Amino acid sequence: MTRFLLRRLFQAAVVLVVLAAVLYACFYLAPGDAARLACGPKCNTAQITQIRGQMGLDDPVYVQFWHFLSGIVAGHDYSTGTDVLHCPAPCLGQSYRTGELVTTMIGQKLPATASLAFGAMVLWLVIGVGTGLLSALRRGTVTERLLTGFTLVGTATPVFITGILLLLVFCSWLQWLPYPSYVPLTEDPQQWAWNLLLAWLALALVEAAKYARLTRSSMLETLAEDHIRTFRAYGVGERAIVVRHALRGALTPVIALSALDLGTMFGGALLTETLFNIPGLGQQLVQSVQIKDVPVVVGIVLVMGLAVVVANAVADVLYAVADRRVVLA
Amino acid sequence: MTVEALSAAEGGTDAVASAPPSGARQVWRRLRGQRAALAGGAVIALFVLVAVAAPLLAAIEGQDTTSYHAGLVDSASGGVPLGTFGGVSGSHWLGVEPGTGRDLFARLVYGSRISLIVAFGATVLQVLLGVLLGLAAGLGNRFLDGLLSRITDVFVTMPALIFAIALLAVVPDGFPRPVLLMLVLGLLAWGGIAKIVRAQVLTLKSLDYVAASRLGGSGPWRTARRELLPALVAPVVTYAAILLPSNIVSEAGLSFLGIGVTPPTPSWGQMLSSASTWYQADSAYVLLPAVLLFVTVLAFTVFADGVRTALDPRVASRLRVGTGRRKQAKADAGSSGTVSPEAVASGKVSPDVAEPETASRKAVTGE
Repeated sequence: MTRFLLRRLFQAAVVLVVLAAVLYACFYLAPGDAARLACGPKCNTAQITQIRGQMGLDDPVYVQFWHFLSGIVAGHDYSTGTDVLHCPAPCLGQSYRTGELVTTMIGQKLPATASLAFGAMVLWLVIGVGTGLLSALRRGTVTERLLTGFTLVGTATPVFITGILLLLVFCSWLQWLPYPSYVPLTEDPQQWAWNLLLAWLALALVEAAKYARLTRSSMLETLAEDHIRTFRAYGVGERAIVVRHALRGALTPVIALSALDLGTMFGGALLTETLFNIPGLGQQLVQSVQIKDVPVVVGIVLVMGLAVVVANAVADVLYAVADRRVVLA
Repeated sequence: MTVEALSAAEGGTDAVASAPPSGARQVWRRLRGQRAALAGGAVIALFVLVAVAAPLLAAIEGQDTTSYHAGLVDSASGGVPLGTFGGVSGSHWLGVEPGTGRDLFARLVYGSRISLIVAFGATVLQVLLGVLLGLAAGLGNRFLDGLLSRITDVFVTMPALIFAIALLAVVPDGFPRPVLLMLVLGLLAWGGIAKIVRAQVLTLKSLDYVAASRLGGSGPWRTARRELLPALVAPVVTYAAILLPSNIVSEAGLSFLGIGVTPPTPSWGQMLSSASTWYQADSAYVLLPAVLLFVTVLAFTVFADGVRTALDPRVASRLRVGTGRRKQAKADAGSSGTVSPEAVASGKVSPDVAEPETASRKAVTGE
């Protein structure tokens, strides 16, 4: 187990460093001047030259990249001409545009992204697993047809279309819900949920189809296994079989998959955040890319990548815990 | 299972005919047996027709994509179109765009061109790259295989959307956006095909007829061309059919984020993007591109599913939830013997050609 985790961690670190390097190279080759971005439109050439020196933009790209990497481990000090800005250990640099520390920015954006991801997960598990179980236990043409339709629509609808239709129906036509604007959980829990509800639903409807299918096939598979037949032969009630014995086996792949998907969601539901105006990591990423604010982009991508990698490892471990036949190697 | 019953029935009449039907004809017959797939195909044909005939259709309506019609929008309310359903009238069949008053019908039919061209182009690129690299990995020595497989893994696992955004941002604005989108999608999402081709080549390599060809003195590339490629057609076509709708969604998604096709060029994703700021005032403007995108992607998905069943009838339909899925459920749940966690994590226990599902659903904009 420990060896497995260590190996996974090493792999993850390699992938993340490569990711950062590629992004750095991409933006370095791109037209546009970071110093001009930092300084604003009113700067003259002398000021820009000075800023270039301060930001280390005259160094070769590999030196800049090395400074960035060492900053993550050891922290970094930035001089702003008159005083010094200290950036503590996991330092991801500072924004070209605002001069803010990237770690601070990410910290501010994280709660919104987390709210979206966790809320959506709860909904898609309830809807998806519920539908899947129902259709596995009540096998008949009607439920099967419904599930087939649900799966088809879920597969074919991108989240921004589901989302925009939900907004149209519930905010514009029926006016049951307010036009969403993000309210932090700590400020007002009720408003928080109310404003996020449609975003959760949009994400969950797309995901739920996948979960319904998985739950159904997995449940049918488990119910057909020998030990369940044995329980039946002993006269255990159908309800007890399903709830106490079959569910555990049937939900294992569901749990593993949700860990994976949660990681991906944390990796920024860019489209959903943009559509519903949720000030999370995804929205910040899209904005920063458009103005070529390299440190912010690289920092957010690294955090997103980390989330995906961690989720992968968690999914593997969960799988092994729930199903002894899986060997972690 | 109606398809098999149909094939069987037709097989009966075929027994009278002397020559067995060719592969393509057989596939077409199986495809014809699936009503949903045929309906999907018909919708696709219609959209392709509309895209090809876009200038003609716009000319019949008498409008173009770029002219402003300031008189048709209510400047007092910020530019909401006058009249019902977003300003539908005899000269503007589907109404006008809020704010500018540009004709929506013309923009939609021209937009279908961009959506389809980008998706087709990206798919062709993905298939070419995937087949080439998959073949090379499957036929090459251990070092080449190892190298190419690692590269493929990186491309399969990386967050493609983020890379697409970064790439789109760094290319100068002068570069034609639809071509750029095609290239970006094509270069980022070929990993799935390469994996499948490699796995298939490794299986085929060990078969007698391929070995016989090698013994007969054919070089690796001749073997690849004459013996392997024909056997790869079915899985590659299946996978390509699934990639197409996911590329349509990706283009729409990127344009929706404002980094794909940019105005004044119309594309469905771009229209949806500008519509998302208008949905409170003008719902017709939102509904049109949304419904069109939905119908197109649905048609392509159903059609792809039909193609898959037609090419490999042993596999039950991906979208059918019946008992035919038992076998796959087993693979998903990994309930036979021990399974490596990597395989479980990627959702793919066996590199079975019949399971392009897990990788394929990873559209670049798949959230």
